[in-house]
Amino acid sequence: MPSLPLLLSQAFNGLALGSMLALVSSGLTIILGTLGVLNFAHGALFMLGAYAAYVTLQGSDSFLLALLVGSVFMLLVGVLMERILVRLFYSRPPEDQILVTFGAGIVLVEAVRAIFGGNSQRVPVPSWGEGITQLGFLIYPTYRLELIGIITVTLGVLWVVLYRTSIGLVVRAGIEDAGMVGILGINVRRAFLLVFAIGVVAAGFAGMLYAPIVSVTPDMGGSFLVESFVVIVIGGLGSFPGAVLGGLIAGEIISITSAFDSAYSEVMLYAVMALLLVVRPQGLFGTEGRV
Amino acid sequence: MDLATRTRPIARRSMLRAGLGLAGGFALPGLGIRRAMAQDLPAKIGTFPEGASGPSVFIGITTPLTGSYSADGTDERLGYELAIAEINAGSPVAAKWGLKGKGVLGKMVKFGVADSETKPNVAVQAQTQFIQRDKAIMITGSVSSATAIALEELAQRDKVLNMVGLSGSNDTTGKNCQRYGFRSQPTAYMACKALGPVLGKALGHGKKAAYLVPDYSYGHSVFDSFTQSVSQFGWTVSTQQVVPLGTTDFSSSLLNIANSGADVFVNIAFGADAVASTKQAEQFGVMKKMKLVVPNISSFQAKELGAAVMQGVYGTFDFWWTMQDQYPLAKDFVQAFLAKHKYHPRWGAHIGYMQTLLWAVSVERAKTFNPVAVIKTLEVSKSDPYESSLGKVWYRAEDHQLVRPVPVVVGKAPAAMKNPDDFYDVVEVVAGEPLLQPIAETGCAMGAYS
Repeated sequence: MPSLPLLLSQAFNGLALGSMLALVSSGLTIILGTLGVLNFAHGALFMLGAYAAYVTLQGSDSFLLALLVGSVFMLLVGVLMERILVRLFYSRPPEDQILVTFGAGIVLVEAVRAIFGGNSQRVPVPSWGEGITQLGFLIYPTYRLELIGIITVTLGVLWVVLYRTSIGLVVRAGIEDAGMVGILGINVRRAFLLVFAIGVVAAGFAGMLYAPIVSVTPDMGGSFLVESFVVIVIGGLGSFPGAVLGGLIAGEIISITSAFDSAYSEVMLYAVMALLLVVRPQGLFGTEGRV
Repeated sequence: MDLATRTRPIARRSMLRAGLGLAGGFALPGLGIRRAMAQDLPAKIGTFPEGASGPSVFIGITTPLTGSYSADGTDERLGYELAIAEINAGSPVAAKWGLKGKGVLGKMVKFGVADSETKPNVAVQAQTQFIQRDKAIMITGSVSSATAIALEELAQRDKVLNMVGLSGSNDTTGKNCQRYGFRSQPTAYMACKALGPVLGKALGHGKKAAYLVPDYSYGHSVFDSFTQSVSQFGWTVSTQQVVPLGTTDFSSSLLNIANSGADVFVNIAFGADAVASTKQAEQFGVMKKMKLVVPNISSFQAKELGAAVMQGVYGTFDFWWTMQDQYPLAKDFVQAFLAKHKYHPRWGAHIGYMQTLLWAVSVERAKTFNPVAVIKTLEVSKSDPYESSLGKVWYRAEDHQLVRPVPVVVGKAPAAMKNPDDFYDVVEVVAGEPLLQPIAETGCAMGAYS
């Protein structure tokens, strides 16, 4: 039986891990909810954000500049991807959408591998994130603590955009009933473009934030893609609050299980997802019969 | 002698005639090598003789070019390509290893490389295609022990010789050993037995160690062998954190390790997982409290983490390029590789290079591509060791493990590096034979020849 301080440390770590999962998954759920498109390139876009940060940091020392430049880059990528590829598939069956996004993901990964090679690239922790913070008995990397703050702000901004702006209203209406929104004379297509771009930027931004922590390789997005899907299934497909809560729950499950036996942390996550699918298939915040 | 005549049944008859003549000589010791030739060899087995009937033979190579172990896999592939180029050219280097003329037994070596994606089933699929479509006469390659073990099983089933690529798990020549598989990398047992005494001297006795273990054959092998090796110095296990291969975020395991009260952090993760976990361990302050030990260091770990992180870290490799000062054939390998690829080869490339050349030399010694003959030649190599980039080496007959020296290294300070690849000092090159695990303990039970 692990000690109380250890359990508390892991619970805290779960919060940090969960907030990162929430950010990564929010982009996926927004796109799925509004466009009905299951974006299998999500992991690759996460990776692309990390590499965008890496490239910018080759030229400058400022991590904030890297985040800014990276976000603009991801916005361009999102717009291009939607205009050139995804938009052609809105009326096609979901299998075709999955195949095209999956293929786009592979192309992105291999392009990055061809340019940068397969070795891991080093993105250093920014100077304001270096070192370790002591919170009572808990020792935690400063950067991860700051990330919790950064991610909370980012999710907050996303929430404001979705729930407090008129464009957000269109997006949420589009999630409910895209056809009706179109009939009402609103340019749904433009809203779709914006939503897809926001989703892509969210994925890339998460990648940029994560780059100093993990190994930056072309394949780094693979496990995040899988985990994002688990999170949005738990939270409810297409639901933004679902992605946030699902992410936090997933983070806690992984961390607390590992306090007991680290080999089972991922297993426990999938077990909970399976259980939830049996008991409440629409997820925590999802609507029955949707998607 | 015309090789074509050998593949027809009549060749077997003439060999039997020769064998009868030698039968009297069996009473004399030291004629064990001859025994392989004289005994009954199957005329058709696996991809023999179709794979060896043309002007060239085919080698199937699978290495991970994507996935957690892709850095080592890419390096490994270059080693194979260099060896095959030397063999086909009949270069002076090939001659120093013991080959005669161009190619192997006069045949050029063709090869195919497939990406195993660090996954056993992908490797098996690719090699099956090489065997069935290209009639591969030898299959090789792997970085993950799980892949190596899967390929050995394929080799045994399809009766095609498998020169194992990278594989550190004891099981590859232990409970999963196969008649058709031969492994050159030191086993986890050998590596840990070599490393243990160095650690006992450098770090001291009675240390509490925290372990990060990848959850598959290799990880558990190294954990078992390492704890066994350091127990003589009174080292204990503070915590054992088991993580799946391919984990990206080690925060929960590292929190447990940071809170374990250990003085030494033993990181058994490999490849990209080693890089991520070490990076994160540093961020969690683990390195401030504990000394880092990496029993089996990944080829590019120091480059990807930076020399400052790996400074003072003890570990082992299959090969480090500074060993070229000790072994002339190693020097030939390192210089040729450096000239071609502009970086010093890592041990993945070395294994690919060495295994290919040892196979080629064995085929020429056996004077046939027949896998049964080549296997038997490899098995009796103790009486006639191979000249290699690690000095004189031979395969142990009972488990097909290469008996070879094990280098123990320590990371250099960044200021002491003489070139961008000069990450480690070789502390000691430990002779291989005393490090071998006793056969009875390996759990190896060999399969049939045919």
